[in-house]
Amino acid sequence: MKNKLFEKYFVFSPYFWLVLFFFIPLAIIFKISISVSEWGMPPYQDIFLFDNGFKINTTFENYVYIFSDYYYIGSFVNSLILALISTFFCLLIGFPLAFYIATSNIRLRNILLVLVVIPFWSSFLLRVYAWKIILQNNGILNVILLNLGITSEPLQLLYNQYAVIMGIVYTYLPLMILPLYGYLNKFDLNLIEASKDLGLNRIKTFFKVILPLSVPGIVAGSLLVFIPVVGEFIIPEMLGGSDRLYYGKILWEEFFVNRNWPGASALAFSGIIILVLPIVIFQILYSRWSQKNEI
Amino acid sequence: MKSSLIKSIVIFLGLFFLYFPILVLIFYSFNENKRVMVWKGFSLRWYNELFNNEQIIEAFIISIKIAALSATFATILGVMIGYSLVRIRKIPFKSFYIFLSSTPLVLPELILGLSMLLFFISLNNVIGFPSSRGQLTIFISHVTFCIAFVAIIIQARLTDFNKNIEEAAMDLGYNYTKVLYKITLPIILPSIIAGWLLAFTISLDDLVVASFTTGPGANTLPIVVFSKVRLGLSPEVNALSAILMFALIIIGLFYFYLNKKFKH
Repeated sequence: MKNKLFEKYFVFSPYFWLVLFFFIPLAIIFKISISVSEWGMPPYQDIFLFDNGFKINTTFENYVYIFSDYYYIGSFVNSLILALISTFFCLLIGFPLAFYIATSNIRLRNILLVLVVIPFWSSFLLRVYAWKIILQNNGILNVILLNLGITSEPLQLLYNQYAVIMGIVYTYLPLMILPLYGYLNKFDLNLIEASKDLGLNRIKTFFKVILPLSVPGIVAGSLLVFIPVVGEFIIPEMLGGSDRLYYGKILWEEFFVNRNWPGASALAFSGIIILVLPIVIFQILYSRWSQKNEI
Repeated sequence: MKSSLIKSIVIFLGLFFLYFPILVLIFYSFNENKRVMVWKGFSLRWYNELFNNEQIIEAFIISIKIAALSATFATILGVMIGYSLVRIRKIPFKSFYIFLSSTPLVLPELILGLSMLLFFISLNNVIGFPSSRGQLTIFISHVTFCIAFVAIIIQARLTDFNKNIEEAAMDLGYNYTKVLYKITLPIILPSIIAGWLLAFTISLDDLVVASFTTGPGANTLPIVVFSKVRLGLSPEVNALSAILMFALIIIGLFYFYLNKKFKH
């Protein structure tokens, strides 16, 4: 039948592209991560050797090397902590904003939503660069602090971990607000009134009614911020200093500076296993669970 | 009322936080002084220098070219995935298909970039192609990670819209292909354009994946900008920011308009 041919064309064209240009590259990372390193080009040995009969030439040394050196584990832990702190601040700023946008009247709501998302459409790199201007020693923030008499000399605001957190919270905030808004928008405002009528005060209403109902939005928004931040390279590179090393920087240097391809691949593949896989599994389980409970 | 005052303050502070850095950037782009932070007077000098900077202009043209081409390919393939996931029941290894089409959304760009680079090098060792990396390899990488964004938009829209229209057309004698081209695609057209715009801006904005897969003669705009501002400030980049912010914001507004148009 003609339909069958047509369906096959629709299913298999993207299938083919993604297997070739997404799945195979991931497989190659894994392959190189278990190859023996050597000096040369490419800087690793083949995993199948055919000189004296067939031999498989693999090693887990690259993983042992990474996981036994504090330089690598420490950077990964730094990235996880950075991602946790940034996600927390995005939530802290994003939640009240999303909540108040969702509870505005419909005209204002649409305008506010557009206003929140517009910065997200403008260039990521340039928004990070903007913070570099603001946090300079003679930048606008220092000028304000000096004029208010809060400090007597310019503070070193740039090139440290706080500047990195600032830059991340700024650039990732819309990613937190959007899913939060999506869930808060569906939520029946009468529930808040009802809980007030039943005698709950504001704080109790927040913790017993609003917060539990926005858990799916909080989860979605936090994931959208947390995962890319762990692998973030540009923001620490532009705003950060040498006080802290992060996973992205280590991976970059292992590949481009040390030219240790198996080591860099092992770092990347560990990142996939530790970070991406649990989240993919979690999302599948979570969507099944929420379907079952009809949330 | 007290609570509405709190609400206004929260919204005002939130928007101030989002727009203040952008306004600072635009403000300093009009500074006459070569030293970015020291204000000397209003001037369009850096806009003039920007338009005479061949390196930036060339990078801009390369970026637009790659973004337009990869957005087009990603949209075609993304629409196919979105359609397949919602309307076609028999997909071999469906969970693998879902895995392939959604993982690029959550994979850190750095890992994606490294995997693409190692793939191109290995491919070159095996079949002798691509002999060097450049615009083609950036294009392929951008298509690969933009597909997922388009697919998710199309999937959401197709799930929303009523299947009865398609079935009615089928009852009236339209065949499968005709229904697709005369009914389904025209109805989801705003979403297709919205998906294209999203893919276009993602490609235009990408620095990490492009840095891994670039080669001689393929310096995209973010790569050039990054090399200029990595260690310091650049008055030309300030002028560029102001223009780019403005252009991208217009694309963003158009995206919103298309999304809204579909809902009504």
